[in-house]
Amino acid sequence: MISLVDVHKYYGEKDRRIHVLKGINLEINEGEMVAIMGSSGSGKSTLLNILGILDHHDEGVYQLDELRIEDLTEKLASRLRNQFIGFCFQSFNLLPFKNATENVALPLYYRGVNRRERNQEAEKYLTLVGLVDRTKHMPNELSGGQKQRVAIARALVSNPKVILADEPTGALDSETTNEVMTLFKNIHELGKTLIIVTHEQDIADQCQRIIYLHDGVIKSDRSSGLASSNRHRQEIAE
Amino acid sequence: MAILASLQEIAFNIRQNKLRTFLTGFGVFWGIFMLILMLGAGQGMQNGVEQGFSSDAQNSVWIFSRKTSIPYLGLSTGREIHFTQADLIAIKKEVPGVLIVSAENALGSFNRADILVKSDTRSASYGVFGVAPDYFKIKSGQDQLSGRMLNEYDDSNVRKVATLGSTSAKTLFPDTNPVGQVIEINGISFTVVGVFSDPGENGRQSERVYIPMSLFQKTYGSGQNRVDLITYQPRPDANPYEVEEQVLTLLRKRHRVSADDRSAIRANNLLRNYERINRLFAAIDSLLWFVGIGTLTTGVVGISNIMMITVKERTGEIGVRKALGATPIRIVSALLFESVLITATAGYVGLVFGVGLLELTNFVLTASGMQLDSFKRPEVNFSIAISSVAILVIAGMAAGFAPSWRAARISPVEAMKES
Repeated sequence: MISLVDVHKYYGEKDRRIHVLKGINLEINEGEMVAIMGSSGSGKSTLLNILGILDHHDEGVYQLDELRIEDLTEKLASRLRNQFIGFCFQSFNLLPFKNATENVALPLYYRGVNRRERNQEAEKYLTLVGLVDRTKHMPNELSGGQKQRVAIARALVSNPKVILADEPTGALDSETTNEVMTLFKNIHELGKTLIIVTHEQDIADQCQRIIYLHDGVIKSDRSSGLASSNRHRQEIAE
Repeated sequence: MAILASLQEIAFNIRQNKLRTFLTGFGVFWGIFMLILMLGAGQGMQNGVEQGFSSDAQNSVWIFSRKTSIPYLGLSTGREIHFTQADLIAIKKEVPGVLIVSAENALGSFNRADILVKSDTRSASYGVFGVAPDYFKIKSGQDQLSGRMLNEYDDSNVRKVATLGSTSAKTLFPDTNPVGQVIEINGISFTVVGVFSDPGENGRQSERVYIPMSLFQKTYGSGQNRVDLITYQPRPDANPYEVEEQVLTLLRKRHRVSADDRSAIRANNLLRNYERINRLFAAIDSLLWFVGIGTLTTGVVGISNIMMITVKERTGEIGVRKALGATPIRIVSALLFESVLITATAGYVGLVFGVGLLELTNFVLTASGMQLDSFKRPEVNFSIAISSVAILVIAGMAAGFAPSWRAARISPVEAMKES
């Protein structure tokens, strides 16, 4: 699904150039739930931006679903984001003057889906995230957890290959954090690929696989306890 | 579909920024509104002054005589000068630059309606004038409403005929067609042969009664050949001011008036007035345009300011939209569409209000029968009004394009950081 080979990223110009990613090699398969961890400045957000085609890498090869991502025009990058990737942000980034349904429907709007159809689809995903009774609420009428659930519905609505979440629980208290993480796990069980950037260990522990980034390189890449317990559960089911 | 969706987006943004949208729109509205009002007022002044222009040909010259003020050739001052029929012939013969020459005698005063004119049933006081042949070629702006104007046969046959101005005709013959009817002036009966209207002196010249000069001189004889007022029109290819000088020199010579005597024989060359008024209008016009373009510029600057603020404020939102799959073109076109929609709507409203106010003024002036000497029928050239709205819209687009294009090009990560 996702393949990075020796990916480098620099910021700045010439002698002031900062080497942020120093050769990342990474394979993520379809259906995986991956946490990317690291202290601030480790390059984890940069990596997520590159994975999300929000930013471009300077060297190396990035393949997303067999498609080589390089030298994209703004227009093509927008299309690919719309088609392949769902985003969840720490600050939710809902448009304040659109209600929940309209916010969720936005990716479909840019895909050219008509209003009735996209609102129908949006309400379906709002139901999935448990906000069936909040479809007409404006963002300022929703709690933090509800806002993030709207954002998750928005990330899901375009039926993307990958969902990228940047510190999705960073602005939430522990109770709503648990709600949101439960939701992520449910989505994962629907077969979605999830990549979550976090600096909280107990969030990372709820993923199958944890990648530690340090100073622009992958320091460790291991399965978490959850993955083994999942496998265990699967075995029991079989 | 895309347009409908964009409209929905814009409706949201407008609802979100009601005050700002209103203020932007108001700037545009005011610019167009003021421009229209000013152009309309300018045109109204022009119309008002033009209504004072009589029906006289605009290059005609009217010459009248008074007492001498300078002794000349042994003659003392205070000598009354009277033109005669012979002067008309002399002018025609000796000044080749003259095309038509004619004359006018007033029965009473020249500028007061003081002669009693009677029909069968009614009577009223009007100015009564004897006019020489060709007179109506100089008063070319008269409108013949019914019947005919006086002609040279009326003059050579000394017919007792008259033409009435529309106002006097209406008063004397409220119910019947005046043509063919009889009027009585100072005990003499005339057959009415025509009715005219004349915008001169704000319509007061439509009260006049004209009779043939030959008849006037015979019946009301203040001396058989006497002429009160000479009028002529120069040939179009002659220098009008040189011809004027030649005619005056000739008349002064014939009546032994000093060349320096400005009061004995005086000429009113309408061309001089006309050119002066045209210069005045040109000056007023350029002033109005200067102020109008200034007002429009203010509107344009307002739009560009608001567009820059809008784009700056919405950078974060633009970033989110880009992350969700909006292409740069869609971002730019949404922003520009919004600005164009606001500008065009506000401009159009300004147009409607401006034209509406002009029409209302016009209506009130007409309905109340108010006659203002220097203001009439304010109106605006519609193509100018439409083009100023179009210019504003295009300027608004141009002003909004640079900032929105820049915003659409920056990376979504950067854009979201700014929010």
